[in-house]
Amino acid sequence: MFSNHKLIAFETIVVKEVRRFSRIWLQTLVPPSITITLYFVIFGNLVGRRIGEMGGYQYMEFIVPGLIMMSVIQNSYSNVVSSFFSHKFQRSIEELLVSPVPNYIILSGFIVGGMARGLAVGAIVTATAMFFTELTIQNPLITVTVILLTSIVFSLAGFINAIFANSFDDISIIPTFVLTPLIYLGGVFYSIQLLPPFWQVVSGLNPIFYMVNTFRYGILGTSDVDIYWAFLILGVFITVLYSSCILLLRRGTGIRS
Amino acid sequence: MTIAISIKDLRKVYANGFEALKGISLDVEEGDFFALLGPNGAGKSTTIGVISTLVTKTGGTVEVFGKKVDTHVYETKLDLGVVPQEINFSQFEKVRDIVMTQVGYYGLPRKLARQRCEKYLRKLGLWEKRDERSRSLSGGMKRRLMIARALVHEPRLLILDEPTAGVDIELRRSMWEFLTEINSNGTTIILTTHYLEEAEQLCRNIGIIDEGKIIENTSMKSLLADLDSQVYILDATAELPANLTLELPKTNLRKIDGHSFELTVNGEQMINEVFSELDQQGVKISSMRNKTNRLEQLFLARLRDN
Repeated sequence: MFSNHKLIAFETIVVKEVRRFSRIWLQTLVPPSITITLYFVIFGNLVGRRIGEMGGYQYMEFIVPGLIMMSVIQNSYSNVVSSFFSHKFQRSIEELLVSPVPNYIILSGFIVGGMARGLAVGAIVTATAMFFTELTIQNPLITVTVILLTSIVFSLAGFINAIFANSFDDISIIPTFVLTPLIYLGGVFYSIQLLPPFWQVVSGLNPIFYMVNTFRYGILGTSDVDIYWAFLILGVFITVLYSSCILLLRRGTGIRS
Repeated sequence: MTIAISIKDLRKVYANGFEALKGISLDVEEGDFFALLGPNGAGKSTTIGVISTLVTKTGGTVEVFGKKVDTHVYETKLDLGVVPQEINFSQFEKVRDIVMTQVGYYGLPRKLARQRCEKYLRKLGLWEKRDERSRSLSGGMKRRLMIARALVHEPRLLILDEPTAGVDIELRRSMWEFLTEINSNGTTIILTTHYLEEAEQLCRNIGIIDEGKIIENTSMKSLLADLDSQVYILDATAELPANLTLELPKTNLRKIDGHSFELTVNGEQMINEVFSELDQQGVKISSMRNKTNRLEQLFLARLRDN
């Protein structure tokens, strides 16, 4: 396949993915925005006023980066897992598999689709946050880089989940029992300094903790982690997950008999 | 003559241990209209799955226009269009989007893609439905949409897995005309079907697959020539004589009711002689038809032999 053909095929997959989540915007874009707005109102505004400062910032300011990151993680993941599994379920994945699109283009198309939804919801949440607090980005390059890399990581993870999923239950188990606890324990609502030393070490094993804190560093200029270490973790995750996805596609796991 | 598809010693054992293909070999020439027949579970869809790379083969080789499907992925897939047995497009997308997406996967520029999309949607009578969601289409329209989608990159080889299953007679006939037209324009077609009349009407060559093996691979003409007898149903214009018999040695007559009878005629027996003798007994025939499809008789005989 020539490179311009690959580019058209890639564009086709991305357009199809964006069209899919835009068509069902009431299910994909609105609910996460409402949920996060409730977080702002309840935790940021009502409870936050009693908490006072966290990590040297007003509680509302402190949780905004974490909530933006949470929406990006959840939506990047759920877009890819639900879209790719729907393709499998309806067998429309066969349209792609009989065509000459290389595996890395298929993967890249779905990843960019996941990123598009994650970042779209992230943008809505950011806009909503501006009604509750002033948002000044201290380090735009780090902010943008970490959010892009994080959405790639969770789009790749969603893709692997979809490959192994055989039912709609299988695509909700990981988000419910793994992703949500890791996000909530990843320093979205609190600083790690509040935890006893043992739980600080345990939190260090949670990759989402590094992503949330690096994003917070980009916006507020303060972080519980070394951001170079965080970027290294993101790089390792992307490499391992991408290689796994390509290997699974090459083997035809879950998609070819 | 160029070989459109060459299958050599193709084997497939599924993960559960079921051996679907036991070393089938088959050549289909370019321009052919080839029927691949077999009972349910014989291995037809597995064979198509391997050709289209949806099923991973256990052994053997598949070449499309001289190129192996597993090493020349781009070239072979470009030459191949597949219409699967089951509906496999998104039920939530619009008709035009389904076709445009497919043509995009093949890397065709947008302008050409739009032209092709319109051309095939019009040819298959779906242009008026282009902005409707695919789930609102009738069963026949969904089948035609799958054909349009498979043709939109203009493959040299089209494989159709039971394309007329569940389609009404009128639509089936119009699909036959369409397939005949694209075949006469040079597209090689491989067809699997349960309608043996369809295979007899359309196909020049035939392969019969049973229990993962090819048990017959010949031309339709020579296969039908093997038929040693045919059974007809004849209707008379008036009440049949009570003692109606035929003296001809290679015929057998059995009354069905007062006006109809079943006639078995050996391949060597001239039908004219049968009519002469009926005429002598005062029997006038108003209509005559095959009791079963000729190919069906042979098909069942081959399966019994296997």
